[in-house]
Amino acid sequence: MDLNQKCTQIRRLILKTIGAAGSGHIGGSLSIVELLVVLYEKHMNISPKHPQKPDRDRLIVSKGHAGPAVYAVLCDKGYFDASWLSTLNKPGTNLPSHCDMNKTPGVDMTTGSLGQGFSAAMGIAKASQLRNDGATIYTIIGDGESQEGQIWEAALFAAQHNLSNMIAFTDYNKMQLDGKVSDICSLEPLDKKWEAFNWNVINVKNGNDCDEIDRAIVKAKSLINLKKPTMIILNTTKGKGIHFAEAAGVNNHSMQITPEMIEQGIIELGGDL
Amino acid sequence: MEMRKVLAETMEELMLKNKDIVLINADLAKPNGLGNLKDKFPDRAFNIGIAEQNMASIAAGMSSYGFIPFISTFTPFASRRICDQIAISCAYAKQNVKIIATDPGISAENNGGTHMSFEDIGVLRSIPGVVIFEPVDKVQLKKILPQIAEYKGVVYIRTFRKELPDVFSEDEEFDLFSSAKLQDGKDASIFCTGIMVQETLLANKILQSQGINADIINIHTIKPIDKSAIVSSAKKTGAVVTAENHNLIGGLRSAVCEVLAEQFPVYVGSIGIDDKFGQVGKMPFLKEFYKLRAEDIVNKVHEVLTKSGK
Repeated sequence: MDLNQKCTQIRRLILKTIGAAGSGHIGGSLSIVELLVVLYEKHMNISPKHPQKPDRDRLIVSKGHAGPAVYAVLCDKGYFDASWLSTLNKPGTNLPSHCDMNKTPGVDMTTGSLGQGFSAAMGIAKASQLRNDGATIYTIIGDGESQEGQIWEAALFAAQHNLSNMIAFTDYNKMQLDGKVSDICSLEPLDKKWEAFNWNVINVKNGNDCDEIDRAIVKAKSLINLKKPTMIILNTTKGKGIHFAEAAGVNNHSMQITPEMIEQGIIELGGDL
Repeated sequence: MEMRKVLAETMEELMLKNKDIVLINADLAKPNGLGNLKDKFPDRAFNIGIAEQNMASIAAGMSSYGFIPFISTFTPFASRRICDQIAISCAYAKQNVKIIATDPGISAENNGGTHMSFEDIGVLRSIPGVVIFEPVDKVQLKKILPQIAEYKGVVYIRTFRKELPDVFSEDEEFDLFSSAKLQDGKDASIFCTGIMVQETLLANKILQSQGINADIINIHTIKPIDKSAIVSSAKKTGAVVTAENHNLIGGLRSAVCEVLAEQFPVYVGSIGIDDKFGQVGKMPFLKEFYKLRAEDIVNKVHEVLTKSGK
């Protein structure tokens, strides 16, 4: 299966997962599908049968509300049984709205209180450096999340500590819960900010294109001798790949999903109901 | 000896023994006495700058990798400022992070209201799983720190950093989760913590001269609190006083009353900050202003004895 087909399959899983719950964070889950697929299919040194393998690569999804996307990919990699997906946010579930390392195998950090996961990722990168185990630490932040001051505290730390094992991504879909990022509190110029914080910066024009993402990660890895962390800015689309979610625009952060919407979406994604 | 000197010596011993311990400061390494450890442990002791939120979450990340981070700053910045990071990155995520918080309550002295935390215990006590320890003197700090390093979970160490008179002898042993008995008595129970233990012992001399024998118990660990010691003492005396360098809301008084309300309801009189903010001043002035002196404890014991009909 090629990466694009895999993305379609993951989108179907996300829709079914959120659909089973009746509502959820669909917009910011769909925007990072390509990134997650490229990371898990092509780059991450992991072992789903041994989720705690000490020298594994880590992924800290600091925008913890993208849990449903993470769960779809982890399930696909075999971290847990597919039957779990229909339990999202149901009583006693191992798949809560926001990522929880103590509940879900394969989740490397508990996130959801925005900004904190990014700092934790820097702590993990620092720890990997101290252990000298060669792991690469990946983390994903949201654009709205980048309004948190803690993001920039962590950015300073990463540069100071030469965290060249850190490859971070901004899911720059230009939307946050209440509206457009530019209307609420603009981040522009975002690439210049990260450059000014002494990070390598790679702009990905289409952050929902697997090849472009892959090339950016390969390039980031090649920059390791610069002894700097790398920020890959992914220009993405919130709600990408499912018509009703994309069309909802700024209202797709968390949406009610009706059975009709699931049906329409699954057909659109070429899947079986 | 200064508490920070003992803190630094003990941390050095612990870091020599356990290579997983890391020490993170937030531009208060010098006042906390921990500045020199970065020379001894250049990899494992570092200064994060003035970024306490980042410090707490970075510590959580390092903990997830198997390290045992000790983070250090003043009490207000180690509690109310980073409440959410302690709650989520550390406690909710079940990480093994230790928080060294200095200058509790009035000991912030001339740093004044902004730095004078009377609410830190209350803020943190309501977060599940956070252990709160407040040492009385250097012996207690030195004996309990290794237990804290061994214990897996979030621990808040609320410690004075300057010179303190010794209360305990060098050969005294402590358990992190058990209170320490200072005197057996039958007339009134005094539960005290931190610097209020010294005031209680001064008060005790006056009380003894008045023929009052107090049961004096040091609650060095406010959460989880030693329930059985509190209940058995209250049952014996029927009259309870608490003494703390903290707001009367949320701290030791609240913790003791929660236990007694459930298991042995009894009148409780309390010494502590009566829901006020801090201010600049030296300790003697602040003790007088907030009524934290030995004589205030004596008066409170008499009030409690009267109200209890003793």
